[in-house]
Amino acid sequence: MLDMLSFGAGGWGDELLSGLAVTLLLALIAFSAGTVAGLMLMLARRRGRPARYFVSGYVTVFRGVPELLILYLFFFGTGAVVQNVAASLGYTERINLSGFALGAFALSVIVTAYATEAFRGAANSIPKGQLEAAEAFGFSAPRRFLFIELPQLLRVALPSLGNIWLIVLKDTALVSLTAVAELMRQATVAAGSTHRPFTFYAVAALIYLTVSFFSERVIGRVEKRFGLKEAN
Amino acid sequence: MDWALLLSFYPSLSEGIVITFGLLFGGLALGLVLGAFICWVRMRRIAVLAPFMDVYVLFFRGTPLLVQLFAIYFGLGQFAFIRESAAWVLLREPWFCAVLALGLNSAAFTSEIIRGGILGVERGQLEAAQAYGFGPVLTARLILLPQALRVALPAYGNEMILMLKGTALASTISIMELTGIARRLTSQTFAPFEAFIAAGSIYLLISITLTSMFAAIERRQRWS
Repeated sequence: MLDMLSFGAGGWGDELLSGLAVTLLLALIAFSAGTVAGLMLMLARRRGRPARYFVSGYVTVFRGVPELLILYLFFFGTGAVVQNVAASLGYTERINLSGFALGAFALSVIVTAYATEAFRGAANSIPKGQLEAAEAFGFSAPRRFLFIELPQLLRVALPSLGNIWLIVLKDTALVSLTAVAELMRQATVAAGSTHRPFTFYAVAALIYLTVSFFSERVIGRVEKRFGLKEAN
Repeated sequence: MDWALLLSFYPSLSEGIVITFGLLFGGLALGLVLGAFICWVRMRRIAVLAPFMDVYVLFFRGTPLLVQLFAIYFGLGQFAFIRESAAWVLLREPWFCAVLALGLNSAAFTSEIIRGGILGVERGQLEAAQAYGFGPVLTARLILLPQALRVALPAYGNEMILMLKGTALASTISIMELTGIARRLTSQTFAPFEAFIAAGSIYLLISITLTSMFAAIERRQRWS
């Protein structure tokens, strides 16, 4: 069994490892893009009633619909749209969109919804008086956000952001269904060509578990250093 | 966007709703029973079993549901003793593997939710109940359950939504639930947007219904 996991031509170790790299890259991109977009949506929410409805609608839709369906929508849907636009411009060759880019985009869209909720909850925990005080001291709105609100917001939202990271890490496995060569996809390919499906899915599972485990430890450290001290 | 086409998809999709609900409630039921058992084993530290259940929870919470599903459906056939066992009649069925994977996954999360609920009840109250001569059943019914439920219900509502979204993965092992039918419609009509948005609207309706149900229960239970 071990020789199947070895590195080199005969083993699948190097394929799995490169799959892990793609998985981590997908998760990192989706997490960073989603966190930034989530922060912006949380701010956009304050711009009057239509904006608030739009943001709540976005969050409800992308948290209530299966991730797989969203992924399919972007993967098959975007392809069809691009093809149609190209055809209307007289370009009839088949266009291959990058599965990686579409997967990263779909995951970012989902993370954005979760992050918006996390930041909204965190923003509610900051006393209004602080912002009023900042205003009284002559802080402009951007400076009020940047120096008073944001640092506290990030600290309060830290545990939720940690959870979101663990969720997006597992959600990247869905991208394998669109043939992107991440960890789960490599495991499936290896399973198919060796006829040892259980072995390879178990190995993939252990790799995910290891990453989750170390992520949790890092998150714990970051929380301890920057997070709010737990009330005894 | 072709709205007439989108609307024409609903009759076909409605066939998938029944399957989606079957997977959802099958998975949740298995998850609740197994989750309660795991929680009991872990909180009481039952000999031999407890460490295994610790690993179980760690494993099922830390790995993707898709890997769990594939390991069960595609993976178990690798072993001759499983293929020759009586259980193979069930284990080669996609629907059984889907409910099993959803249930095993849900059990890990549900056991933690139940644990959180029980830990939310002050220990002193249980001791007081004991001092008043309440038996374990009476304590559970009058002291533990009402308070633990109050803590656990919102989290369990979340778990139901997660499971609902998890049922979509069953389409990857050939089950024709909502997502499976949407994919079939896509390949038949080349209208991915209409098919997936129609299916998505049904999921959204179900999850909004579930969320508002739990919100209503929570409102009723709030301390006066």
